[in-house]
Amino acid sequence: MHTDMFSYTVWIPLILLAAFLLVGLLSDKLKPLVAGLISTAAILLAAVLAYSAAAGYFFGAGLQDGHYTTLIPFEQLWLRFTDTLVIKMGILLDPISVMMLVVVTTVSAMVHIYSFGYMKGEKGFQRYYAFLSLFSFSMLGLVMATNLFQMYIFWELVGVSSYLLIGFYYQRPSAVAASKKAFIVTRFADLGFLIGILLLSYYTRTFDFMTLTQPNSGILSSAAGVSFMGASVLTWALVLIFMGGAGKSAMFPLHIWLPDAMEGPTPVSALIHAATMVVAGVYLVARLFAVYALGAPAALEVVAFIGAFTSLFAAIIAITQTDIKRVLAYSTISQIGYMMLALGVSGYGSEAGLGYTASMFHLFTHAMFKALLFLGAGAVIHAVHSNEMTDMGGLRKHLPITHFTFLIAALAISGIPPLAGFFSKDEILAAAHGHYPLYFWSGWFVAGLTAFYMFRLYFRVFWGEDRQYEHKPHDAPPSMAIALIFLALASVVVGFIPFSHYVSANGEPYTTHMHWQVAALSVAIAVAGIGLAAWMYLRPGTVADRLAAAMPGLYKWSKNKFYIDEIYLWVTRTLIFKGLAWPIAWFDRHVVDGTMNGMAWATAQVSEKIKGLQSGQLQQYAYAMVLGAVAFLLLLLYWGA
Amino acid sequence: MDRLSLLVWVPVITMIVISFFKDPKKVRLIAAAGMAVQLVQIILLMLAFFAERQAGNDAEMLFFKDIAWYSNLNIHYTVGIDGISLSLILLTGIVIFTGVFASWEITDRAQEFFITLILLATGVFGFFISLDLFTMFLFYELAVIPMYLLIGIWGSGPKEYSAMKLTLMLMGASALLLVGLLGIYFNSAPDGGPLTFNYIEISKIHLPEAVQYFFFPLTFVGFGVLAALYPFHTWSPDGHASAPTAVSMLHAGVLMKLGGYGALRIAVMLMPQAAHEMAWIFIILATIGAVYGALGAIAQKDLKYINAYSSVSHLGLILFATLIFNQVAFEGAVLQMISHGLITALFFALIGMIYSRTHTRNIYEMGGIMKVMPVLGTAYMVAGFASLGLPGFSAFVAEMTIFVGSFQNSALFVRVATILVISSIVITAVYILRAAAIMLYGPLRKQEFELLPDARWYDKVAVFILIGAIAGMGMFPNWLAEMIYTDFTPMFNRFIAN
Amino acid sequence: MIEGIEVFDVLVVSTAMFFIGIYGFMVRKNLITILMSVELILNAVNINFVIFNKYLYPDMLQGYIFSLFVTGIAAAEAAVAIAIILNVYRHMKGIDVEQVDTMKY
Repeated sequence: MHTDMFSYTVWIPLILLAAFLLVGLLSDKLKPLVAGLISTAAILLAAVLAYSAAAGYFFGAGLQDGHYTTLIPFEQLWLRFTDTLVIKMGILLDPISVMMLVVVTTVSAMVHIYSFGYMKGEKGFQRYYAFLSLFSFSMLGLVMATNLFQMYIFWELVGVSSYLLIGFYYQRPSAVAASKKAFIVTRFADLGFLIGILLLSYYTRTFDFMTLTQPNSGILSSAAGVSFMGASVLTWALVLIFMGGAGKSAMFPLHIWLPDAMEGPTPVSALIHAATMVVAGVYLVARLFAVYALGAPAALEVVAFIGAFTSLFAAIIAITQTDIKRVLAYSTISQIGYMMLALGVSGYGSEAGLGYTASMFHLFTHAMFKALLFLGAGAVIHAVHSNEMTDMGGLRKHLPITHFTFLIAALAISGIPPLAGFFSKDEILAAAHGHYPLYFWSGWFVAGLTAFYMFRLYFRVFWGEDRQYEHKPHDAPPSMAIALIFLALASVVVGFIPFSHYVSANGEPYTTHMHWQVAALSVAIAVAGIGLAAWMYLRPGTVADRLAAAMPGLYKWSKNKFYIDEIYLWVTRTLIFKGLAWPIAWFDRHVVDGTMNGMAWATAQVSEKIKGLQSGQLQQYAYAMVLGAVAFLLLLLYWGA
Repeated sequence: MDRLSLLVWVPVITMIVISFFKDPKKVRLIAAAGMAVQLVQIILLMLAFFAERQAGNDAEMLFFKDIAWYSNLNIHYTVGIDGISLSLILLTGIVIFTGVFASWEITDRAQEFFITLILLATGVFGFFISLDLFTMFLFYELAVIPMYLLIGIWGSGPKEYSAMKLTLMLMGASALLLVGLLGIYFNSAPDGGPLTFNYIEISKIHLPEAVQYFFFPLTFVGFGVLAALYPFHTWSPDGHASAPTAVSMLHAGVLMKLGGYGALRIAVMLMPQAAHEMAWIFIILATIGAVYGALGAIAQKDLKYINAYSSVSHLGLILFATLIFNQVAFEGAVLQMISHGLITALFFALIGMIYSRTHTRNIYEMGGIMKVMPVLGTAYMVAGFASLGLPGFSAFVAEMTIFVGSFQNSALFVRVATILVISSIVITAVYILRAAAIMLYGPLRKQEFELLPDARWYDKVAVFILIGAIAGMGMFPNWLAEMIYTDFTPMFNRFIAN
Repeated sequence: MIEGIEVFDVLVVSTAMFFIGIYGFMVRKNLITILMSVELILNAVNINFVIFNKYLYPDMLQGYIFSLFVTGIAAAEAAVAIAIILNVYRHMKGIDVEQVDTMKY
C-alpha cells in the first residue's frame, strides 16, 4: 500500500521532539556547541526525510488517477470524547502538507546553521536551540495534522515556542512585554478558533480533515442548513476558525503582536515570524479550503476582504518605519494579506482554483525570500549592533555577501522577473482580477508600495554615507553566509517550479500560463516603486522629509501605525484592567467577602449584646430559675385546665 | 484487612510511629516513608484495579467491603472504588507525598505538624473510598478540622483570622450538607423498608421530587462551598494565603476536590430531577465563578492570592461541567479535578519555595529571579503553561473534555455560558503571564536576591514528581479518560433513567 | 400515725421550710448562709419524702431510703461547698456572693 512507504514520516517530528527533550533537559550540562549540533543534526535529518517524502509523494505515490490523494501513513488515538469525536495524532500527506514540510525544514535548517554565527557566545545558547527544536517539532506536527484538534494542539505549541523565543532575552523588559503580547493576542484569536472547532464539530460530528473536506459528502449541508443570526452556523464556525488563523497570521486587527515580536533574536524572526508560523493561518484556511469554498462562500469573502485590507494597511505603515526589522514585519503582514486575499478569491476546482494555487505558491516563495531578508537584516544588525536605519548607511562596501543576497531578496519581493516573487504575485493578481477588480487594483497598488518600502530600506542601509560605527562592520561569518547564499539561490529558482502541476484546490494538476497584462502592470509599478525609492533615498537630499511634511496627517498616522496599539492598550489597560479586573478584586474583597465578614460581625454583635445575661451573679440565676419554674407552673395550670 | 481500608490504616500507622519521635529530621523521614508506602500501595491498587477490569469484572464498585457499625441507624462502613474515586485517590497520594517534601524545612513542632497533616490526608482517603453517606461525612469532617490547626498554628500573616474564617465557612457548609444528607437518608426508602445511607443503593431508587427540590440545593451548596462556589469562595484566598505550603497544596489540590466530587456524585447523581430543574442557577454561579475568578486574579499582587483566585476560576469549570449532564462533561469534571489538583499543588509548592527564599510573595518586590533560580523559575513557567491549558499538560485535556462535553448541549443558554467559560482561558493566560513577567523576568530587582539558592534536592523531588504527573496526564490522557468515562456509564445510565 | 397531726400540717411545715430556703438563697449575700438555705431546701424535701411514705405507702421504704440518700448527698455537698467557700475566701478576701462573679461571660 502507498501509505506504508511513507510511514517513516512519523519520525520527522519525533526526531525534533527527541532533540528538544535532550537539549532542553540537559541544557547547561551540554557544551553550547554540542547542543547546537544536536539540534542542527536533528533538523537536517528531518529535512532529508522531508525531501524524500516530497519526492516520493509528488513524483510517485501521491498521484493516483490523475489527482493527488491524501495519504495517512500513521494515526494513533490520543483522546476519545465520544464515539465520533476523537482526537487522533497522525500524519497527513497531501500536496500542501508536503510542501509545508519542505518549507519548514528548509528554513528551519538554514536558521539553525545561521544561528551558530549569530548567537555565538550568547548566554542560553542551549536553551535557544532547545526552543528552536521545540518550535520545529510543533510546526511540523501542525502541518501534518490529520484533524482539527491535532492542529489546534500544535497550534498552541507553536504559539508557546514563539512566546519562549520572543522572550529569549528575558532580562530585557521590552522582550518580555512583546512575548506576553504575542501570546495573549494569539491566544485571544485562538479562542475563536476553539469555539469554531467546537461549533463545526458539533454539527459535522467529526474533527477529521479527510471527512470534512470530502466534496459532496453531505456532511456540510446538514450544518449549512442551521442558521443563527442570519448566517448559517457553518459560516459562523468558519469565520471563527478564520479568527484563529488571522491571529496567528497577524491579520488586521489582530496584527499588533507581530511587529513587537521582533524583540526576539533575528533568526527566530526569520523562522517563526516570517516564513513558517505566521503563515499557519493561511495554511489553516487552505487546509479547510473545501469546507470554505463549498460550505460557506460568505466566510471566504471575509477572508478575501481581511486579506486585501491588511495587505494595503500594513504596506502603508511599512513605508514610514525606521526599525529595519519592523519594516520587514509589516512587509510580512502585507504579504500574508496577499495570500489570504488569494485564498479568498479562489474558487474550488483546478483552473478555477487559481487563487488557491497562487496563495500556496506565494507562501512557498515568500518563505524563502522573506527568511533571506530577515537573515540579511540579522547580518546587518550583527555588524552594526542597532536596528535603526538611521544608524546605517553605506554598508554595501563592508558587507558584500549580505548586500548581494539582500538585493536578490528585495528584488524578489518586489516582483521583478525572473525572481521567485514575480511568478507567485502575478498569479495572485490574476486570480484577484478574475474575482473582483477592486481587489486587483488594491493588490497592484500594494505591489508598488512593496517595491518602494523595500528599496527605501535597501538604499538607506546599503547606500549613502557611512555612519559612525563602533567598530568596522564585518561581513557575515561562514555559518551565516551559507544560509544567506542558500536562500538567495532558492529565491532565484523556486519561481520556476510549475506549482500548479503539484498544488491545486481539488488535487488535480493543471497548467497555468503567464498573464501578460497583469505581469506588465505589476512589473511596471514595481519598477516605478524602486525608481521612486532611488530618487528619494539614493541621492542626498530632503525629498523624503519634505514629502512627509507635505502630508503631515498621513505621515503621522502611518508612523504611529494608525494608533492600533494605543486602542488595544486602552482596551486592555482601561477597560479590562481598570474597568473590570480591579473593580472585581475590590468587589470581591469588600462586597462578597464583606458580606461574609459582615455576617460574622453581626453574630459577634448579637453575642456582645446578650452576654450581659451571663453576669456571674449566682442569685440572679436563682431568680431566673425560680421565676422560670413558676412561669412554667402557671402555664401548666392554665393549659392543663 | 481489605485493600481499601489499608489506605486509611497506613496513614494512621504513620501517625502513630511519628508520635514516638520528636526530632524533626526523623519525623519528616518517617512521614516521607509512610507516604511513599501509601503511594506505592495506591499504584499497586491501581494495577489490581486494571487487572480486575481486564478480567471482565464490570461491577460498579470494586474491592467492595461492607461492615455494619451502627446497625440501629443502618450506618455501615462500606468501601469500594471505581475509576473515578481511584483517580482521585491517586491524586491525593501524589499530593500528600510531594507535600511532605515541600514541608521539609519545617522544624517548629514538626511532630505535631506532620501528624495533623497526615490526619487530614487520612480523612481525604477515607472520603474517597466511602460509599456510605454517613461514613463519608465523618471522613469529610476529619479532613476539614485539621485545617484549622494547620493554618492557625503553622500559618503566616493573619493566620488566626484566616483559619477561623475558613473553618467557620466550611462548618457552615457542613451544616447544610448534614441536613441534606440526612434528608436523603430519611427519604431513602419511599416504599417502606429500612432506610439506608449507601449512595449506590440510593441512586437506584427515585427520590420523591419534593424531597429533591428541597435537599438538592442544600447538598450542592454544602459541597459547593468547599469547591469555592461563587459567592461562597472568599475563605479560599485568605485561607490559602495564610496556610503553610503543604497545607495549601493539599487544600487546593485535594480538599477542594472533595467538594466537586461530592457535588457530582451525591448532589447531582442522587437528585437528577432537581439538578436538572435548578441547574440554571448554579450554571450562572459557576460561570460567574470561572470568569470572575480569572479577572480577579489579574488584579492581585500576592502570588498565593493569584493562585487562589485561579483556583476559584478552575473550580468554577468543574462545577460548571457537573451541571451539563452528559457523560463527556462529567468525565471532564473529574479530569479537571485531577488536573487542577496537580497543577495547583505544583504552584503552591513553588510559591512556598520561592517565598522561603525571598521572604515575600508580592510579585512587585521580586523581578528577574529566573536568573538566580532557573530551576524554580522554569518549573513555575511549566506550572503556568499547564494552568493556562497548553497542550501536553493535563489542564488542556481536562478543559477540552469539558468544552466538547458542554458543547454537546445545544440549548442557547448553555451555549452562551460555555462560550463565557471558554473565554476564561484567555484571561488565565493574561494573569499567568503577567505574574511570570513581573516576577521571573526582567532585570533582577533586588541585589540581595543575587545569592539566593536554587532548588534543593527535596524541592526537586516534589517539583519533578508533580511535573511528571502533569505532563504524563497531558501527553497520554486516554487511559485515564477511558477509565473515568467507562466507569461513569452505569451511574450515567441510572441518571438518565431517573 | 401520730395523733392529731395530719399530712396537711406536716406539708405546711415543709413548704414553709422550702420557701424560707428559697428566700434565703436568693437574698442572703453570705455564702455560708446560702449554703444553709440550700440545706433547708433539701431537708424540706426530706420531710416530704418521709411523710408521704408514712401516710400514703406505709408498706414501702423508698421514701425513707431516698431521704437517706438526700442526707448523704447533702453532707457530701456541704463538704465540697465549704471547701469551695474556703478557697473563695482565700482568693477574694471575703465570702460575699456578689463578689464572686468571675464566671461571667
